[in-house]
Amino acid sequence: MRALSLILSLAVLQTATLSVRAAETSDYRLKYDTAVVEKIDTLIRQSWEDNEVSPSQAADDITWLRRVYLDTVGHIPPLNVVEEFVKNKDANKYQQAVDTMLDGDSYVNNWTTIWTTLLIGRQTPDRTSREGMQKFLREAFAKDRPWDDVVYDILTAEGHFEENGAVNYLLSQMTMRDEGVQATAKTTRLFLGTQVQCTQCHNHPFNDWQQSQFWEFNSFFRAARRIDHDKIDPNTGQEVDDYSELTTNDFSGPVFFEKRSGLMQVAYPKYFGKDVEFDNGKSRQKVLADAIVSDDNHQMARAMVNRMWGHFFGYGFTRPVDDMGPHNPASHPILLEHLTESFVASDYNMKMLVRWITSSEAYRLSSEFNPKNEMDNPAAGEMPLFSHMYIKSMEAEQLFDSLMVASNASGMNRANYAQAMRQRNEWLQQFVTTFGTDENDEATTFNGSIPQALMMMNGELVDTAVKCDPGTLLHQVVTADEKDSKKVQLLYLAALGRNPSGRDLAAVKKLMQISGNPIMAYQDLYWALLNSNEFIFVR
Amino acid sequence: MSIIQPENMDRRHFMRHVAASSAMTIPAFHFLNHLNANAAEVRKNQKACVLVWLGGGPPTIDMWDLKPGSKNGGEFKPISTAGDLQISEHMPKIAKQMDSLSVVRSMSTREADHTRGRYYMHTAYVPNPTVIHPSFGSVVSHTLAPQRKSLEIPSFVSIGGGAGSAGFLGMTHAPFVVDSNGQIRNVDSDGTDKRRLEQRLAMWDVVESGFINSDRGDLPQAHKDVYRKAVNLMTSSQMEAFKVAKEDPKIQEAYGNNNFGRGMLMARRLIEVGVPFIEVNLGGWDLHNDVFNTLSNQRLPTLDQGIAALTQDLKSRGMLDDVVIVCMGEFGRTPRINQNVGRDHWASSWSLMIGGGGLNGGIAVGQTDKDGVGIESQSYLPGDVWATVSKAMGIPLNIVHTSKRGRPMKIANGGTPIEELIS
Repeated sequence: MRALSLILSLAVLQTATLSVRAAETSDYRLKYDTAVVEKIDTLIRQSWEDNEVSPSQAADDITWLRRVYLDTVGHIPPLNVVEEFVKNKDANKYQQAVDTMLDGDSYVNNWTTIWTTLLIGRQTPDRTSREGMQKFLREAFAKDRPWDDVVYDILTAEGHFEENGAVNYLLSQMTMRDEGVQATAKTTRLFLGTQVQCTQCHNHPFNDWQQSQFWEFNSFFRAARRIDHDKIDPNTGQEVDDYSELTTNDFSGPVFFEKRSGLMQVAYPKYFGKDVEFDNGKSRQKVLADAIVSDDNHQMARAMVNRMWGHFFGYGFTRPVDDMGPHNPASHPILLEHLTESFVASDYNMKMLVRWITSSEAYRLSSEFNPKNEMDNPAAGEMPLFSHMYIKSMEAEQLFDSLMVASNASGMNRANYAQAMRQRNEWLQQFVTTFGTDENDEATTFNGSIPQALMMMNGELVDTAVKCDPGTLLHQVVTADEKDSKKVQLLYLAALGRNPSGRDLAAVKKLMQISGNPIMAYQDLYWALLNSNEFIFVR
Repeated sequence: MSIIQPENMDRRHFMRHVAASSAMTIPAFHFLNHLNANAAEVRKNQKACVLVWLGGGPPTIDMWDLKPGSKNGGEFKPISTAGDLQISEHMPKIAKQMDSLSVVRSMSTREADHTRGRYYMHTAYVPNPTVIHPSFGSVVSHTLAPQRKSLEIPSFVSIGGGAGSAGFLGMTHAPFVVDSNGQIRNVDSDGTDKRRLEQRLAMWDVVESGFINSDRGDLPQAHKDVYRKAVNLMTSSQMEAFKVAKEDPKIQEAYGNNNFGRGMLMARRLIEVGVPFIEVNLGGWDLHNDVFNTLSNQRLPTLDQGIAALTQDLKSRGMLDDVVIVCMGEFGRTPRINQNVGRDHWASSWSLMIGGGGLNGGIAVGQTDKDGVGIESQSYLPGDVWATVSKAMGIPLNIVHTSKRGRPMKIANGGTPIEELIS
């Protein structure tokens, strides 16, 4: 508990700072965006017509702001940002808000978190440097590097795991000597949105992918080698882990695999069945990376667009987002191709992709159903039509960061980001369970089940937020020279991004009467708000 | 009903719990009475299932269906048991209990990827992009929880995690994941007295219900249902069942001084308070390398002791006829031994152990060929195993669940109970 308060006082995540730079350049960006976004809107509207649904109305401003904050920078908007946004009468304030976020550190932090989890998991595998991986990603997102360059680096990196952090992706997939099986399955899923792991042992049950395809992909990873360096601990005289590095050896020739019939077969490097030149002086991983970035079919771009759409809307164009292929047709194939082409044309610009998605008409819609779009319910297995927003539960990291924002009066400073991240990662471990397989796969109990509810009701995060110590947001609101009604309103805005309803106010009044102690009543109110479904859902 | 007053509990009863949980010390007699009452009840009729989950995929050819003399036979020898079958020499304690336990040697399940196999074995359905099927523990919870009014803790407990999800049956039937140390995190609302907790929950209920009523699908209501269960848990004396350390040291020793042993003992304590489905996770079976050393030195001694102790303990308490024990993983492993002296993923011919619950013990059902690569008898699917468990637990096989999309789904995917085990 003490450690946590420390972080709160030093705190992080400085999103509150508005950037002047962003506002100046936003007009240029708007112009750039218009045609792409209009086509997104047209294609989505077409699918509403085709399926005879009517869209819900647009969400109100603060709801939209809360949503776009959680999706883009990974936490709720700070209270002062909410208040400024409400006051702002500029017609372009939505795009400005997005641009401000994209220029801030929280954007970098959030996508570093998301991709660290995707690449190496929440629990760092043995002899893998989480810090190294984060450093590489941080730089990639801060410089807004084109996505194809980032992928190229991740797949071809060599060297020391802290000096060249990109190596940690392959290192994390090579904790077992499994001949690159895990790296094959994960790379095709993550970067190409394609699941080939079934075909490791047999031909794909639902499409015409052959078993050989898995091993053709696999042969790209056979030259990669992890070297683990040990050192002698001077205190104990024991050998301990020093550093790890990734190198390539001169592996050449085919990969052998066994058919179900027991026959041995050979596989040479091929990219989706297409021949590539190999063993010509380039490393096998470079051959793969070259094939991916020069692919005329742009599968890497399509996979990323699908993943990003899924991130913002809760559902991508395929379910799951990383299982694309002839057996699993996309819900909006023309839109998916439009976004893929536009993403390629923008030189794989991640921030542009975020702008297009967040400024679409569909992204602005309320998450309330209306009588004419009740069938648009992907939670019940239906195909998503994006005629209203789908609510999604915060990820554990989003919750942690949001509770930081809800706890702190002063926003956060950047000084102790690394410390806060370590703390967050420690806190996260209570929810991670592993399966004990060679794939290092893990699951989370932060999934809406009882342990999560107990953590919210009795855990230290909410406890700290409602303590009302000096420096907390609650303390600032409660001790402000304002009427009670204003204080209540501020707490609703801070936690839920909305004003209290009549029913809410009646309940608060009752709470105040029963409690007899105004500070305790505010604490109880804030506890109730932070524990509500309305808080934990991105809506 | 408001969350403040848990379902099936009158107000005075609830207040007593809240008071007890916030007091510094809790009168021991209160719990003892409570547990004794429940234990007496289970002896009458409380059916339960313990799933011992061997995450990673166990090499069952080295455990339950040895092939001495075959090129695939490996290093282990079979030994005779108290039943009418042989098992691995590295499970001597289980061998003594085999009169109560049986082996199905003809599982054929086609999914040899960890994620898909885990899903298939837990749900009896292959993964499908538009619906998430419930793990069988969630099916049991959904079916039996309404009949167990006195059960205040979750009806599907996963010790060590990895038990899948409740899928379309909803979060209230999700596995409650705990560590085998018996410490449930954040369960004590220390510092918050009952009056305050009530005030908070009353305020909370208004916000919570407001969002539920705003027409955003099922998730907001599920959130509230889970909170109700969590409050029940915080205030329940049945939480004592998780505290394995309170057990007689001799019994603890019998189960083994390790996480798996403690998990198995916790399972028995949970059965006694009425929990109908407990999954105990023992990982580390993904033995692509060095399979024989790892099995004989680490995995099998642990498994042997835990399963034998639970079987013996249930038997001596007269509970074994009411409790089914199933031991399996997501698939078996290749009969062929690879170049790293390991075995790889293999789903087309493998074994699992099942016993108790009034099922026939001491038999081997089905058989594989001399090298273990093919099945020479009727083969079985996960649905057949779960149908057998349903039969043993008195769960009707004509139950049909409906997914959110309205698709009807038969319990255990329409599987058939395994004849030799039930007749």
